[in-house]
Amino acid sequence: MFDSRFPIGPIHNLQSAIVNRQGGVAVPTVLILGANAGIGRALAGEFASHQHDLMLAGRDMEELQALASDLNLRHHVSVRAERVDVLNFDALESSLAACIAGAGDSLVGVVLCTGYLGDAETARRDLNEARRILDTNFTGSALALNVLANHFERKGKGFICALSSVAGDRGRQSNYLYGSAKGGLTTYLQGLRNRLYHCGVHVITVKPGFVDTRMVFGKAKLPLVATPEAVARQIYLAVKSRKNVVYVPWFWRVIMSVVGLIPEGLFKRLRM
Amino acid sequence: MKPAFATKQLSGWGRYPVESCHLFRPEKRSGVAATLASGLQPSYISRGLGRSYGDAALNQNAGVIWHILLNRFLSFDSASGVLECESGVSLAEIIQYFLPRGWFLPVTPGTKFVSVGGAIAADIHGKNHHQDGSLSNFVLDFRLLVPTGEVLLCSPSLNPEIFWATVGGMGLTGVLLSTRLQLRRVDSAYVFVDFHKASNLDDALATMEASDDRYDYSVAWIDGLATGKTMGRSVLMRGNHAAAAELPARVRHALAAPTVPQWNLFVDFPSWTLNRLTVKAFNTAYYAVHRTVPRQLVSFEKFFYPLDAIDQWNRMYGKRGFVQYQIALPQASGRSGLRAILDRLARSGRASFLAVLKRFGDAGPGLLSFPLRGYTLALDIPAARGLVPFLHELDRMTLDFGGRIYLAKDAVLRAGDFAAMYPKLEDFRAIKRKLDPQRLLSSSLARRLGIVD
Repeated sequence: MFDSRFPIGPIHNLQSAIVNRQGGVAVPTVLILGANAGIGRALAGEFASHQHDLMLAGRDMEELQALASDLNLRHHVSVRAERVDVLNFDALESSLAACIAGAGDSLVGVVLCTGYLGDAETARRDLNEARRILDTNFTGSALALNVLANHFERKGKGFICALSSVAGDRGRQSNYLYGSAKGGLTTYLQGLRNRLYHCGVHVITVKPGFVDTRMVFGKAKLPLVATPEAVARQIYLAVKSRKNVVYVPWFWRVIMSVVGLIPEGLFKRLRM
Repeated sequence: MKPAFATKQLSGWGRYPVESCHLFRPEKRSGVAATLASGLQPSYISRGLGRSYGDAALNQNAGVIWHILLNRFLSFDSASGVLECESGVSLAEIIQYFLPRGWFLPVTPGTKFVSVGGAIAADIHGKNHHQDGSLSNFVLDFRLLVPTGEVLLCSPSLNPEIFWATVGGMGLTGVLLSTRLQLRRVDSAYVFVDFHKASNLDDALATMEASDDRYDYSVAWIDGLATGKTMGRSVLMRGNHAAAAELPARVRHALAAPTVPQWNLFVDFPSWTLNRLTVKAFNTAYYAVHRTVPRQLVSFEKFFYPLDAIDQWNRMYGKRGFVQYQIALPQASGRSGLRAILDRLARSGRASFLAVLKRFGDAGPGLLSFPLRGYTLALDIPAARGLVPFLHELDRMTLDFGGRIYLAKDAVLRAGDFAAMYPKLEDFRAIKRKLDPQRLLSSSLARRLGIVD
């Protein structure tokens, strides 16, 4: 009820992790960008519960440190934090380099969870809000992935997982700025997957539906809202089973295929 | 951007009353201060897991700050057993992660599904109150966000007057951000329990008086429906933590008790499920199956949290809910007070499904803390017509015997009776006025009892 995460996984995993440590072999480290809240925070818990060391990145260091202590105390993994702001384009290379260096050779993959829904109404008039939505969800995210992709390409292995959104599958009047930025990210990830396939790096696109995070809390009643913990568990499994594109929960794939079938002539008349 | 809130029909664990509240769910510590400063609501009260029974964590048509996401462990010293954590951490989480390392809660109520913040705000007691006192004895210090926006470090030596107003202060002095708690070293996840059947109230009280001091934990199930010569018949369950060396060979992991299967009441039972007949049948059976036996090995789950095995057990009482009524009576008048109240309850025709009796040790310095040296009796009474006047009658009886009501469970007490039960109320009000002149922290309970006007 409170901790709906998996228990600490199969016992043999736990033991092998401990043996690894005693043997001096590094435990796999995962970098989580945007770990402070929502799905990012739940994913950090999910990876930690499966005995991965973590490098947490985000803007609020005080919060990241609190989460780092928490995950270390719960799961006995080593967790570090670095300040990264995807909107600070000029500093992206250096701040991500610090993450990569901090994580060291044991870095096996990255999950990018940064996102900003913003306020679609405000963004119609306020270009700053519009730009923040586009920059967080597309430009900043894609630039960060650009830097990380080169690192993993050099390494010749690893995974890159990024949170896009079902909103990117088709533009709707209520959130097309957010949706178009996420749609752009989806396309970026397609290309990146194609490029990195040839050097052994796997790219996973995750498209969450409604998740009970700050983005939806307090909004009018939405149907089919999933918990961040449930979504995190599915993302973890998708990474482990090397999926290419996953909808979480799975039924959003069905919903979005139906939405995709509606002819544009009809779609434009709908209010959604 | 202003923090978002959701308007919800909320209730406590007793599901009575149900009120419309504006729920905020900060994800960051800074979000709590931002909510208080937002000007969106006239007042706010903190809420954790919603296990107080009445309206302590409700704020009708005003703000409720839900600490569910502020639940991080911040530090732990494995040598001293000092744990620092945020208020939304549940006691269940502390057990889950620290019992395997040999540390248990210093004080625990009858459910592990309460938050640390709520536990401090109610200055909870447990089955060890006669030995160890209430939770505040194990709170080393906490960081309190007060309505002016300042964060104060409070302990029995630092800001002591705020510390003793905050423990038991029902969330009205400030918002608890983080706390350092002293955990208790244990050797195993088991308790050796001596069961003793007491044929009536005198027997039960005499046995407790004679030998409670030999036990870390002592509690009695009491038959709230027995009358006449058997009135107050009880099953005393008293125990001590088992040392690892004392455990039988079949117990393979001293610190990992087998998990209890979880049941869930998915539906509301009809409100008549627990009536006089069914409760009487249950009580007779419960009393009959227990024997006076020493040294039974019981896992901590079964000993401390028998009801936690049933998720949403409160639905047993149906849609109308129930009131948990818990009183403390001073040592001197305890016996006659318990007799009078049990007698009144039996004559009322209302059935208390669960009645629990235990001895309290000395009262602590908390201004609104509940325990006082003597006895405490807890009853579960289904909400039905005429319940409120009946409870008001019990309130007066309790007051006449020098006793008081536990605020974490209360839903009906009146301001006048409350003031008479808690003599340090004026001291509390003075501190509250100083810390919160704008009355930014308030709750439905605080207004009902006239703590905040």
